[in-house]
Amino acid sequence: MPLTDLPDAEAQCAELAELLRPHLQPNMALVGIHSGGAWIARRLRELLGTAIFPDEIGLIDVSFYRDDFGEKGLHPQIKPTSIPFDIEGRPLLLVDDVLYTGRTTRAAINELFDYGRPASIQLAVLADRGGRELPICAQFCTWQIDLDAKEELILEPDAAGRLQWRLSQHA
Amino acid sequence: MHVQNIHIKNGRLIDPKNGVDQPLDLYLADGRIAGAGSAPEGFVAQRTIDAAGQIVCPGLVDLSTRLGGIESELAAAVAGGVTALACPPDTNPPLDEPGLVERLVRRSETLGLARVYPIGALTRQLAGEKLAEMSNLARAGCLAFSQAKHPIADTQVLLRAMQYAATFGYAIRLQPQDHNLARDGVAHDGEVASRLGLTGIPVCAETVAITTALQLARETGARLHLARLSSAAGVALVREARRAGVPVTCDVAIHHLHLSEMDIGYFDSRARFDPPLRSAADRDALRAAAAEGLAAVCSDHTPLDDDGKQLPFGEALPGATGLELLLPLTLKWALESKLPLLSALARITCDPAAILGIDAGTLAVGSPADVCIFDPTEPWCVTAKALRSQGKNTPFLGYEMAGRVRATIMGGRLVFEV
Amino acid sequence: MRNPQLNANGELNHLLSIDGLPREVLTHILDTASNFLEVSDRDVKKVPLLRGKSVFNLFFENSTRTRTTFEIAAKRLSADVINLDVTRSSTTKGETLLDTVDNLVAMHADMFVVRHASSGAPYLITEHLHRVGRDDVHVVNAGDGRHAHPTQGLLDMYTIRHYKKDFSNLTVAIVGDILHSRVARSDIHALSTLGAGEVRAVGPQTLLPTAVEKMGVRVFHDLREGVRDCDVVIMLRLQNERMNGALLPSAGEYFNCYGLTPEILVLAKPDAIVMHPGPMNRGVEIDSAVADGPQAVILPQVTFGIAVRMAVMSILAGN
Repeated sequence: MPLTDLPDAEAQCAELAELLRPHLQPNMALVGIHSGGAWIARRLRELLGTAIFPDEIGLIDVSFYRDDFGEKGLHPQIKPTSIPFDIEGRPLLLVDDVLYTGRTTRAAINELFDYGRPASIQLAVLADRGGRELPICAQFCTWQIDLDAKEELILEPDAAGRLQWRLSQHA
Repeated sequence: MHVQNIHIKNGRLIDPKNGVDQPLDLYLADGRIAGAGSAPEGFVAQRTIDAAGQIVCPGLVDLSTRLGGIESELAAAVAGGVTALACPPDTNPPLDEPGLVERLVRRSETLGLARVYPIGALTRQLAGEKLAEMSNLARAGCLAFSQAKHPIADTQVLLRAMQYAATFGYAIRLQPQDHNLARDGVAHDGEVASRLGLTGIPVCAETVAITTALQLARETGARLHLARLSSAAGVALVREARRAGVPVTCDVAIHHLHLSEMDIGYFDSRARFDPPLRSAADRDALRAAAAEGLAAVCSDHTPLDDDGKQLPFGEALPGATGLELLLPLTLKWALESKLPLLSALARITCDPAAILGIDAGTLAVGSPADVCIFDPTEPWCVTAKALRSQGKNTPFLGYEMAGRVRATIMGGRLVFEV
Repeated sequence: MRNPQLNANGELNHLLSIDGLPREVLTHILDTASNFLEVSDRDVKKVPLLRGKSVFNLFFENSTRTRTTFEIAAKRLSADVINLDVTRSSTTKGETLLDTVDNLVAMHADMFVVRHASSGAPYLITEHLHRVGRDDVHVVNAGDGRHAHPTQGLLDMYTIRHYKKDFSNLTVAIVGDILHSRVARSDIHALSTLGAGEVRAVGPQTLLPTAVEKMGVRVFHDLREGVRDCDVVIMLRLQNERMNGALLPSAGEYFNCYGLTPEILVLAKPDAIVMHPGPMNRGVEIDSAVADGPQAVILPQVTFGIAVRMAVMSILAGN
């Protein structure tokens, strides 16, 4: 798919915020999965306001919980996980850029449960590309797209810091 | 194997003792060298060996071979071209009883492979306290007396031992290593040991012991041989003593001509030796000493099994198998040092024979027919299978050697043939 | 010569010594360690990386401290930890080191943490594992004789990086019994590889290894001169149990000449940090006023040690 056909990710963030607005709960906390989920979670907090999300967003790196450690080893660059609030009894909004096999979400959920027992976890993503290998789904999603196994959908900031999509091919 | 009239033809005859290095046939009869060049009158060959492309030299004389399992080690000796060897007294039990010496001599004579010359213990049990029965041991067949690697901590005992030996004109061999300075040491006290955290044996352990031994030898008139020099400073002391007319002899182990502390690598226990492998500069000095004829060269053959080597470096037993590597490693040294074969082979034939005082290491007419025939360039790989010795412990395992013995004759008998 | 620590891809397969490891390998371990620090702040101080793996602590030399930190680190990675007090087990019946290793491999050990009194013992183990085709079993050297204590070296570097950020301008003094110290050797190699400005070895001649300058250090016999303008002072324990000769007249004289007191510390830079691998001999190599003072970072070293060991074990298990 040529670049011009990929949707505007910043617009999708705004769309996601509007999808969430009617479903926000009191005391809800945002947790973004590095790196794409983290950027989107920041955008959501800006768009929905710090009155709704007074706490700093939680950031998760799932490297220590992945199920492919045995084959691939540790990722060369691990980002810090920081959950600056108490998880116990809170409804969480887990945010990621792309939902694919569901394994990253599974790892994130396991990691969150090592911090405490949340009241609930809901998943919000910009893109759902199908290909699930686990029974995981996103409660909030702005874009459904089917992609080939060889294709990778990447979210990244441009020079000005605007989030944009890129499609890449594996070897 | 029985004594035969043997004609060795087409070989390059190298007899260092008599300065011979030319294509000459060799004739053996009745267990002695009968002639060289042309057949002696009435000579009828019972066996002809074609030594084309090969070198014919005296059977090698090894100043130090530990025998372990005597049959396998003597088989290894002749496979390595060694027809005469001196066996240090640190057998189990040590050679401090005439009966033990007689048994060793008889056993080797029965096997009829290489001639074994026992070196008797200088002190009882090698404990460094009471003198051993040197005269009785000499009568049983001991050529000289030594402590092997055991120290004599008490210098007065050393003095008395030298005085006693001098009384009868016996030779004393000492491995010069001051017991206290070398205490707990497992490697050369230098850069490598410091980096690897191994306790070092400083060079002064050797030089202090050499100085002491030389002084006492001068005082007593004892015939002194310093065994297994390892350092440049040690060599320098011996050179100085010789220039001053002191009749001291010395030897270096073949491994020390090639290896240095760097060969320890990642704690390779096959590079654990006593005395230790020292710096490259020390090794170069040992090479020079051997090249100029100051030092003879020996195998220091020490067969060990895995139990002795599959241990952390500092716990492993020192020593390597050497009988079958003595010749190829001597050839390698000669090649690298651009030393004529006549000189290099002298170090493992007539020079050690002179030190031991035996009629060996020569192809003069009338000498015992101890001959080594070898191909100087034939390559072979040092593998456990290729070695006849029970000791497979060598830092050269897996290496390719050049120089292979094709036949060995001892006393006119063909004791080894490929 | 093949470096036995690295596999065919140049990745770390065993951690035996800092000597010979490329800079990138060291910084990767330090970077990974900072992520593990955070794990220890959680309620559930565990991540599942080594779940189902068996880590055997093979300590041929007593050390409750080091063994405990390795145990904690392995358990925080969800590994199963088995402690073998080998001083009391089959080796006293004459079982060789390699026989013990073979038996444990047969019990499906995934990783050995080995401490041994003989320098080079872990190399013997990795050579053996390679020979029997078991390069998948990883070995971590927890201290071999005087040779190396790589995890201590790494946690010392982590500590220095934490407080000082950049190694290239640092002057680091290592003070004490360097001759017998595996920690000192590991620190020296690590500082050298990470590009430390100047590394100083400070001590009496009897406690310095021969040719120590060849390891890249500047030798000082005078403590005042050695500490002057330093950014980091690493004090080594005076190892009574390792000294078997007449190396020092007395602990008292040693303290007078080489003990770190406030009066000496003042000669270092004002923001210099004081480190010690522990356990400390107060009044022998270090004055209590310094050990308990604001410049000492000895307790943080312990915390960093767990994170560093978690990093090492995860990196090895993943390669």
